[in-house]
Amino acid sequence: MGTGRLYAAVAVGGFRRYATYRAATAAGVFTNTVFGLILVYTYLALWDERPQLGGYDQAQAVTYVWLGQALLSTLAIGGGGFETELMERIRTGDVAIDLYRPADLQLWWLAGDLGRALFQLLGRGVLPFAFGALVFDVALPSDPATWGAFLVAVLLGMVVSFGIRYLVALSAFWLLDGTGVAQMAWLLSFFCSGMLLPLNVFPGVLGEIVRALPWSSMLQAPADVLLGQADPLGTFLFQGAWAVALLAAGRLVQSAATRRVVVQGG
Amino acid sequence: MGDIGHVGQTGRVADGLRAYRLIVAMWIKSTMAYRASFVMTTVGNFAATALDFVAILLMFSRVDALGGYTLPEIAFLYGLSGVAFGLADLAIGSMDRLGRRVRDGTLDTLLVRPVPVLAQVAADRFGLRRLGRVAQGALVLGYALATLDIDWTPQKVLLMPVMLLSGAAIFCAVFVAGAAFQFVAQDASEVQNAFTYGGTTLLQYPPTVFGKELVRGVTFVLPLAFVNWLPASYILGRPYPLDLPQWVAFTPPLVAVACCALAGLAWRAGLKTYRSTGS
Amino acid sequence: MTVTEDADGFIELDRVEKVFDVRKKTGFLKRERRQVRAVDSISFRVARGEMVGYIGPNGAGKSTTIKMLTGILTPSGGRLRVAGIDPSRERTRLAHRIGVVFGQRTTLWWDLPLIDSYRLMHRMYRIPDARYRANLDRCVELLQLADLLDVPVRQLSLGQRMRGDIAAALLHDPEVLYLDEPTIGLDVISKARVREFLRDLNAERGTTVLLTTHDLQDIEQLCSRVMVIDHGRLMYDGPLAGLHEAGESERTLVVDLDRELPPIDAPAPARVVRVEGPRQWLAFPAAQSAAPLVARIAAEYPLVDLSVREPDIEAVIARMYEERAIT
Repeated sequence: MGTGRLYAAVAVGGFRRYATYRAATAAGVFTNTVFGLILVYTYLALWDERPQLGGYDQAQAVTYVWLGQALLSTLAIGGGGFETELMERIRTGDVAIDLYRPADLQLWWLAGDLGRALFQLLGRGVLPFAFGALVFDVALPSDPATWGAFLVAVLLGMVVSFGIRYLVALSAFWLLDGTGVAQMAWLLSFFCSGMLLPLNVFPGVLGEIVRALPWSSMLQAPADVLLGQADPLGTFLFQGAWAVALLAAGRLVQSAATRRVVVQGG
Repeated sequence: MGDIGHVGQTGRVADGLRAYRLIVAMWIKSTMAYRASFVMTTVGNFAATALDFVAILLMFSRVDALGGYTLPEIAFLYGLSGVAFGLADLAIGSMDRLGRRVRDGTLDTLLVRPVPVLAQVAADRFGLRRLGRVAQGALVLGYALATLDIDWTPQKVLLMPVMLLSGAAIFCAVFVAGAAFQFVAQDASEVQNAFTYGGTTLLQYPPTVFGKELVRGVTFVLPLAFVNWLPASYILGRPYPLDLPQWVAFTPPLVAVACCALAGLAWRAGLKTYRSTGS
Repeated sequence: MTVTEDADGFIELDRVEKVFDVRKKTGFLKRERRQVRAVDSISFRVARGEMVGYIGPNGAGKSTTIKMLTGILTPSGGRLRVAGIDPSRERTRLAHRIGVVFGQRTTLWWDLPLIDSYRLMHRMYRIPDARYRANLDRCVELLQLADLLDVPVRQLSLGQRMRGDIAAALLHDPEVLYLDEPTIGLDVISKARVREFLRDLNAERGTTVLLTTHDLQDIEQLCSRVMVIDHGRLMYDGPLAGLHEAGESERTLVVDLDRELPPIDAPAPARVVRVEGPRQWLAFPAAQSAAPLVARIAAEYPLVDLSVREPDIEAVIARMYEERAIT
């Protein structure tokens, strides 16, 4: 016993920490809703011009928009996750304290970030999505199994998102100022996750490439599961493979970084 | 003590502008001390802004028109919205930090200085890197002007700079009003994003794309339509979704002045609340 | 209305009040409104050139008073004048004549080198060049800032930053200087340096100084007059010695003897309050000199070491309350 409980406590801590900012959460809900409103109209115009674009009908495209707004902060696609804090701890050297803690660095931050993501999903995601579903024509499954599969895909998306951002944060061990890297990473994930535009709308080879990259696990994959556009098991396999690969890469980089700290004397 | 009349008011505006200039000059000087970092952040700013346009390009890889507008026409709207918003963001974009200043109490340090608080807050952390956004908007606008076949008249030529400056002023008013709101709700700085970043995103697309209610809202309630939709419709010779007379295209300066006046009042009310509640 | 500056009342408060509406959560979504009198009908006058300590426990209303005196906060009632100016109505005009140092928050630009903040103050306050030079040189010398001018403020230590802040508050030759906890968190050497500088400033330039503090030593070393505020009310206004009398405050003499002995037989009113092995604590009136007591103990007991502890403000004020309750 012990370790499982420890990480659960860390996750609960991550959840609680974000739950205290009520006004900020309300403000976020409002902003996500406004952006959703603007994007819905542009998507409707696009699908008006080309019905069945990317295999979606209009209702599916609208659903996709609200899903994106609901998952934007959950998956920290444009920043707002743990990475800034970890980079700051690396920069100031406080990370040495984390390394001496009787817990695994990667799992520690993963647990905290999952707690945060879960709060963002409930606190910031549900309301804009509900608003969109009430005001516009959306395509939602009636089958609880699809909803369950969707939630699994979201969870896997959270892990993949963490895996990428963990690598980004660890770059601070080698780079003096990691903010540039973090910003580039956010832009990249905005573009490649499907937040900018559904990946199945991307033309030709570009579309094939972005759909194979890990970022597509974040928004595109859960969306396609919910919209019935993808086979859940195949999607889980794709997401899981990327999650494992990224977490393993994170471990490798982490051990290299740790050696560096030890050599430098902390 | 009876000197808080008209002379005092214009004096305060002059004082404010002078203080704004002084503080901005200092930030520019300090930015230039780290030139490499300035170039990097400006490029980052450019890239982040350009993403919106990439989305539009991706859309046009699959369609030929959106809401009846062609790519150069949308680029025209996009460029106007980008430059106007970029100028406002460059000038007073740091105002969304006001809530934080109220929370940590550093607003008090601005209140004991002999210049208007608004000028100090507006100039605080002046970020020259935001030129990246202006440059990106200008580039797209240049592309639009080069590819569009506009039937130029002297009025249309004159309307271009007038529209850009009025648009920037309207967005400045939104920034100030948003900051004033943060006197009341200190943690709600993100609400402002809905109107600033959300506003500029909205204006990047043609009005024909949006629902009539939304278009009415941004024409008559929060008059963002005067930034580019109305004057650009005139320049492009396209009908505006709402039935408005043509001279409305020339009213952006008036709308800008009205917006700035209202935002100024909101700011005063906010500051007054702060000074009576201290939080 | 033209203003005549009354020499007796450079700072004047006449039944000044500040009432805040506080909303407290009493349950889920339920909130209770109630009014808090942070400053409750305070009146006092400070003459030009005085150096006054303004003390009281946390939340007593000290900062609220300072904020009203600087024009940051608008009073809810009463009359308030600084140099003949109503601070809340003519805040920016008053700003030219006052200097403010907040112990906890800097007025300097956090990310910029110290000298940049000073240059900006120079222009912002429209200080004539020669005067700016002279004042800056003087502050740099006396506050030992020469090596810090090119350092960004965020990299300064607390003591360095405080000195930098004090210099910034004085570049425009203010007639009155407000200091809100100027020595909080500083080490002993920095405290001494700040105090010495303030003493000289007051003596040489006649700058009126009003300082809030938690540290009674600040008051002892700087102020001839002290005002005590608690729960928004002025409890005491007079010399420091009188405060000790009013509060019957006591200092403590800590004595280390070379072995364990029964309690020292001290002359009244001094008395032993605690014994722990060879160490004994004696309380004696704060207004009294420690010298005769020390001399007597040194003569009669095997003394190894001793120290004197000053009473803290909270204790003094607590005793003032007890006193009132009894009478």
